[in-house]
Amino acid sequence: MTTTEVLRKKSRQRKITIQVLLVIISIIAIWGAVSSAQVNLAALGITNGFGFLDRSTGWDYSFSLVERSINDPYSKTLVIGFQNTIFVGFISIFFATIFGFIIGTGRDSSHPGVKAAATVFVQTFRNIPLILQGVFLYSVLIHFPGPRQSMSFADSVFLSNRGLMLPGLNVSPSVAVALILAIASVAVLLVWRKVPLLRGLIIWIAAAISMSVIVAFVMRPEGEPLLSIPSLKGLRFNGGITVSIELVAMITAITLYGSAYIAEVVRGGLKQVPRGLIEAGQAVGLTQGQIWHRIKMPMSLRSIIPPLGNQWIFIMKATTIGIAIGFSDMFYIVSNSITQSGQTLELIFLLMAAFLTVNFSISIFTNWLNNRLKLKAH
Amino acid sequence: MAHTQKLSPNRFHAYMASFSKRAFGTPSAAVLSIVIFGALGYWTWLAVDWAIFRAVWSAENVAHCTEEAGACWSVIDARHRLILFGLYPYEEHWRSTFACLSIIATVIISCFPATWTAKRLTSLWVAGFAAYYLLMEGSLLGLAQVTTDGWGGLSLTLFLFASVVLLGMPMGLGLALMRRSEMPVVRSFAVIVIDTIRSLPLLTTLFTAAVVVPILLPSWLEGDKIWRVIIAFSLFFGCYQAEVFRGGFQAIPKGQFEAGKALGIGYWKIMARIILPQVFRHALPSTINMVVVTFKETAIVIIIGFFDVLASAKAAFGTGEWAPHYMEVYVFVGAIYWTFIFSLGQYGEYLKGRMALSTH
Repeated sequence: MTTTEVLRKKSRQRKITIQVLLVIISIIAIWGAVSSAQVNLAALGITNGFGFLDRSTGWDYSFSLVERSINDPYSKTLVIGFQNTIFVGFISIFFATIFGFIIGTGRDSSHPGVKAAATVFVQTFRNIPLILQGVFLYSVLIHFPGPRQSMSFADSVFLSNRGLMLPGLNVSPSVAVALILAIASVAVLLVWRKVPLLRGLIIWIAAAISMSVIVAFVMRPEGEPLLSIPSLKGLRFNGGITVSIELVAMITAITLYGSAYIAEVVRGGLKQVPRGLIEAGQAVGLTQGQIWHRIKMPMSLRSIIPPLGNQWIFIMKATTIGIAIGFSDMFYIVSNSITQSGQTLELIFLLMAAFLTVNFSISIFTNWLNNRLKLKAH
Repeated sequence: MAHTQKLSPNRFHAYMASFSKRAFGTPSAAVLSIVIFGALGYWTWLAVDWAIFRAVWSAENVAHCTEEAGACWSVIDARHRLILFGLYPYEEHWRSTFACLSIIATVIISCFPATWTAKRLTSLWVAGFAAYYLLMEGSLLGLAQVTTDGWGGLSLTLFLFASVVLLGMPMGLGLALMRRSEMPVVRSFAVIVIDTIRSLPLLTTLFTAAVVVPILLPSWLEGDKIWRVIIAFSLFFGCYQAEVFRGGFQAIPKGQFEAGKALGIGYWKIMARIILPQVFRHALPSTINMVVVTFKETAIVIIIGFFDVLASAKAAFGTGEWAPHYMEVYVFVGAIYWTFIFSLGQYGEYLKGRMALSTH
């Protein structure tokens, strides 16, 4: 045998040894964890398994979209926590994306005033920890005056220490959920059909408004108006939608923080559009707005979408600050359940599985979106 | 000097001309400028008026803190030691002060290009961290011992930050190397760890370390809660930093590694002498970004029960007397975070710009 062959054989052997060692160490670590978990849990008198999901919890929490009671089993409570996380996450993603695009475009503007305002926004909200912004907003909202002295806008939106009162469609919650899903699927349909950006946006807004009006017209209770507007009756508000202060603080904080980050993503994308293309647009007499929606946006969306997807996942993960201001998101519910039931391993497993599923789905959706928006192959 | 040359009269005039053309060139642009600069100026005035002109500064004057007065900084005057040092023994606060300064100095010194070699940066951070630990813990220097339970406030936040960066950096490098390995088992191990940790919220990882790991470990391996959380946080940092390093690796042509191999140089020597110095250079701006993000994310430890600067801020206005002045305390803590994060972030941007220029 020549020396190279000897060396090659040695190197192959070494590689196999390292890999076998890694596998053995992993197995020992897992086996050690399982066996000491059995010892530790037996000492605490906790039975393993998911049987506890059928037991009723016996404690209440701050927010749910559906009816809840302290007699609910753990399974239902956990599902509600998951719903809350998804609910806050999607609303924050929706608003943060809209504001992010507006502010990112502002950062890219040639107008010094617009640029300055957008820069101040980004540098303020991006450079302070999200959780600090959340607890700060929450403290400010708790110290707001009561319903009688509430801040009001146009006598239909009220902000007080009881929460934010908004006018809402006069329909039952389940109809409202169905309506929102229908409006969201119109958006998906428009992207799937590859409708141009601005036209798609106009069609979508028109569809959303007309669908809401029609649904409210058909589904409202007999003889009541389309919109239910909150009004002060004695010490509290009647009608409309009440958004609790925990929810207002959560959504506002996450939206501001998220939109500052998305604005930077959008700015980065817009900066990558070749100058020649923009100058060509100017040369043929397009206005600033036309250049934005016909040249800059279509060109930059390709580089915006992948990091935008990461920001969406980040926002989903950021909902875990809920526990700091008493909003019952998935993490809050799991953490409470662990304290109350002691089923630590099972509950942590469910929490991780929930986040992995959601974040995995978002990245699949982002990939799909990216494929749809990609320029056709040349 | 360089600065004055840059803004020589001609350049300055050209800039002003372009500014006024963009800001006031058309009627609509002019209106927009007036509205926006007016609003920004007005808000700045309101903020300055509240925070400085109408503010009450000292703790003795707390009686002047009425509805009409501006910021009541008396609360900071009275409680700043709690916010900065937590429940650390009062007479020993000089130790906390110097400990915090050693971490801050470490961060500032590592911004100078002269320190940018692996050896110097490592020894700088180890020295800064050791100085912090020896001062805070005390027993090795013959001072009164204060265990980690007694640490709090800004000094705890800085401790978490420095130890996470120090421990997370080698973890990130290790994971990045494993991810590039030719051995499939090693590679997939790294991929699974990195992708899982990155998909989970940081809070979940830290909570697992604080609450779940004691169940999974035999009691003699458990260790302190703070160290478990620091290790989990470092793992989180390492997984993100591994992706930053991966970006750096991708910028190095494969030929360099092959050339090293052809000359018969071993794997570790090629890495240490040829590849890694370049990887560090390429990854520097993103690494600074990661460091900034880590400092910001340390605020989350309040949820798993650590007395960090946010928790001590809450405690500062927690007593009845100071309860109405929560705003001042949050503004104070927010300003600390903002100053640190903003200046490091701007430095990262500047480096990115400088490196983009130097590569062309």
